[in-house]
Amino acid sequence: MAASRWTAGVIPYAEMGYYEPDYQPKATDILAAFRVTPQPGVPPEEAGAAVAGESSTATWTVVWTDRLTAYEHYQAKCYQVLPVPGRAGEYIAYVAYDIDLFEEGSIPNLTSSIIGNVFGFKALKALRLEDLRIPLHYTKTFQGPPHGIVTEREYLDKYGRPLLGATTKPKLGLSARNYGRVVYEALRGGLDFTKDDENINSQPFMRWRDRYLFVMEAVNRAAEQTGEIKGHYLNVTAATMEDMYERAEFAKELGSVIVMADLTVGYTALHSMSKWARANGMLLHLHRAGHSTYTRQKTHGVSFRVIAKWCRLLGVDHIHAGTVVGKLEGDPSITRGYYDTCRLAQVPADPARGLYFDQDWGSMPGVMPVASGGIHAGQMHQLLHYLGEDVVLQFGGGTIGHPMGVAAGATANRVAVEAMIKARNEGRDYLAQGEEILRAAARHCAPLQAALDTWGDISFEYEATDMPDVVATPVR
Amino acid sequence: MTAQGFAMPAPGREVAGEQAQPREEELPEEEPLGDDALVDLGAWQKQLAISAALEDLDTELVGIAPVKTRVREIAALLLVDKLRARFGLEASRPTLHMCFTGSPGTGKTTVALRMAEILRGLGYLRQGHLVSVTRDDLVGEYVGHTAPKTKAVLRRAMGGVLLIDEAYYLYRADSERDYGQEAIEILLQVMEAQRDDLVVVLAGYRDRMDSFFTSNPGMASRIAHHIDFPDFTLDELVRIADLMVAQESHRFSPEARQAFREYMALRMAQPRFANARSVRNAIDRMRLRQANRLVAAGALVGRDDLIRLEPVDIRPSRVFG
Amino acid sequence: MRVTQGTFSFLPDLTDEEITAQLQYAIDAGWAVAVEFTDDPHPRNNLWEMWGLPMFDIADAAAGLGEIRACRAAYPHRYVRVSAYDSSYGRQTTALSFIVHRPPDEPGFRLDRQEASDRRVRYTLSPYATREPHGQRYGEPRG
Repeated sequence: MAASRWTAGVIPYAEMGYYEPDYQPKATDILAAFRVTPQPGVPPEEAGAAVAGESSTATWTVVWTDRLTAYEHYQAKCYQVLPVPGRAGEYIAYVAYDIDLFEEGSIPNLTSSIIGNVFGFKALKALRLEDLRIPLHYTKTFQGPPHGIVTEREYLDKYGRPLLGATTKPKLGLSARNYGRVVYEALRGGLDFTKDDENINSQPFMRWRDRYLFVMEAVNRAAEQTGEIKGHYLNVTAATMEDMYERAEFAKELGSVIVMADLTVGYTALHSMSKWARANGMLLHLHRAGHSTYTRQKTHGVSFRVIAKWCRLLGVDHIHAGTVVGKLEGDPSITRGYYDTCRLAQVPADPARGLYFDQDWGSMPGVMPVASGGIHAGQMHQLLHYLGEDVVLQFGGGTIGHPMGVAAGATANRVAVEAMIKARNEGRDYLAQGEEILRAAARHCAPLQAALDTWGDISFEYEATDMPDVVATPVR
Repeated sequence: MTAQGFAMPAPGREVAGEQAQPREEELPEEEPLGDDALVDLGAWQKQLAISAALEDLDTELVGIAPVKTRVREIAALLLVDKLRARFGLEASRPTLHMCFTGSPGTGKTTVALRMAEILRGLGYLRQGHLVSVTRDDLVGEYVGHTAPKTKAVLRRAMGGVLLIDEAYYLYRADSERDYGQEAIEILLQVMEAQRDDLVVVLAGYRDRMDSFFTSNPGMASRIAHHIDFPDFTLDELVRIADLMVAQESHRFSPEARQAFREYMALRMAQPRFANARSVRNAIDRMRLRQANRLVAAGALVGRDDLIRLEPVDIRPSRVFG
Repeated sequence: MRVTQGTFSFLPDLTDEEITAQLQYAIDAGWAVAVEFTDDPHPRNNLWEMWGLPMFDIADAAAGLGEIRACRAAYPHRYVRVSAYDSSYGRQTTALSFIVHRPPDEPGFRLDRQEASDRRVRYTLSPYATREPHGQRYGEPRG
């Protein structure tokens, strides 16, 4: 008997309906762009179809029970496979998923569905989820950021410039009382925020309750000294959700304006924290702990821009998104793509920035990106140029390592950012004249002068591991 | 999907990563000159975009040669003043407030617009926009209403030209309850103290403006340049009509043009003649009659029928008696 | 002390020329410029008194500077700030805000601690100046 779609046995995914080049994606579909590196001998369309199949309804062999369903509706369709220019053996496969495949308002379901099964597939040497198009219909089932950029600024009453922060250093080992001292000095010196590091939870050298008490004393004393609203991201990451709620409630009781959690608590816990944060009027900062294990390599994993989209949906107010010029990985165009994904309401597709789809967030507020890792005041012009104004710039070492002390370090950063914004508004070419602008400001500010002298020559120049496939060519 | 979306990070212009573009028409910096420098005034005038403004004036407005001459003279005076400043020859900033007198529809607003451009080109005005008001925009109806009203208008006009049409209505000698005087006081103050920020142009009929100045010598003393806008001659009015008709994609048949000329000659002598505005009104009525004629005729209508204006489109006018 | 609210508080006080540059930047971006004043600098007081309405239709910074000077002259013993408001969709918030005048002497804030159980402390911040009623703070003469 001739083989048909329903004859028991194995047939290529592409013949099971998972490869449909004529398919027109619907406005309600969730679309994915996968970077596929098939094993030798596997045709790219089959690889794309396999990805579509294994992330939706398929299994490795024909099953009759498919016929109990409207299977054509439920199966994902790979509708386009394009070779990547200049990289042999790599293809971008575009896959469309019907909106009915997903539970409303559930990031765990979205992720389990799309990346839960397919990444270990033997027929692929490597697989990376590059981008995801979330339709507005699905976006509306999520709360989104508890506050968002505009409300955060109105809450803090701070406008027109990047916000400034610093992670307390050393990363580990300080006792609660000394920790409070560092927070006080940094905040009174001029920073808006200080931060628990991602691995500061509740260790033998400092338990969470003690930390919170000493930190809030410091935050309030700094507010008294400056007349500004100050905050410290109190890390509520814990082993269980109940512990997280306990810590968050205590932070609220002490009057903190903001709490933080690490990505490692998982999407479910984060979503719960997000709802709690909105209900309790507190900002929620997300540290993307551990993301580089799966976001960094160009060929395999999940791109950070997808993580950023998931986190915007489930709802955080801050997310670390890269610095470009600091010690951690970040190509400028790709990072710009992350920042646009976090901040804009409508993000147009732009291959030069690694954005594969138009993304419409509707009226969902933006997430404030956070730039943290090896940056210092001497780079202020570059930071403003690459990252813009709606960002939190965090100078951990750059504040606490200042030769004149922590408060001086904070003052140096604050003066640098205000002077650069002032120069930009005046219409100066601040990128080209940045060093001059900083030196001029340093004439009125000894701490800034000391910072420039100490770190003026530091830069981190390595080739990025994840750069865009295409670059914009200048139009003549 | 529009590329515009909303741009959070860098307000107003561009998103982070791109340099701010210089404002349009960013004027070149003017360096001071050494004692033996020589300057080509014509080239400099072109560079400052003043020539363009003067040429626009020539093409836009028919006739009024004396007005155009006056404008050129004033522009030359200001240009030379600017050049003297570059040579380091000290002088105070010239007074720039002006008075345009003439009947309605003689081009006063158009000239005010071009003058604003010229002043901006020379750097005497920072923005070069035109705000056009009458007495009612400046004067309030009850106590305490006038000052905020006048100040709001002045704020809008800062950096540009404030054109006050029929300015003499601000002054009503007979009425005690009139708040125009307060507006005049504020204007006088600003015209003196903020000459760098604003240029005021008063406009209206010659004779009434003269009596206004007689009763308000303070105002008269602040006006540096008077330009009189003569009424258009019959030939000029017909030429204006030709231009307007062409702009509307119409044309006069030769007989229609003759009829129009006769119409204009009669209309000019009648009261409330508003020069170019009256020409525009007459042409609009001709188009109305043409449309009705074409519909009533019931015949097939072609492209030329739609363009051509006939004598019968103007003859029925009451002007012909 | 020096209350460091607003975008440029850590820089030397802006000259009128520098203020003009910032105003022109705001006007060119299409934002409405507003002048506000207060004698209550508590950081949670965002309702400063309005010096007239926001100026939606001005083209030149001189108009804003005139209002700032008038407000400073009327209230030399109070804080005066300039706010630029962006009404575009998705934003509808203040885009820039900075202090342009301060009272001659800033006494600062008092931090009160209400001690509860378990080392918990409830903090309250109050500006010293608010011991006096409105209009009599910072040495403002009575009447």
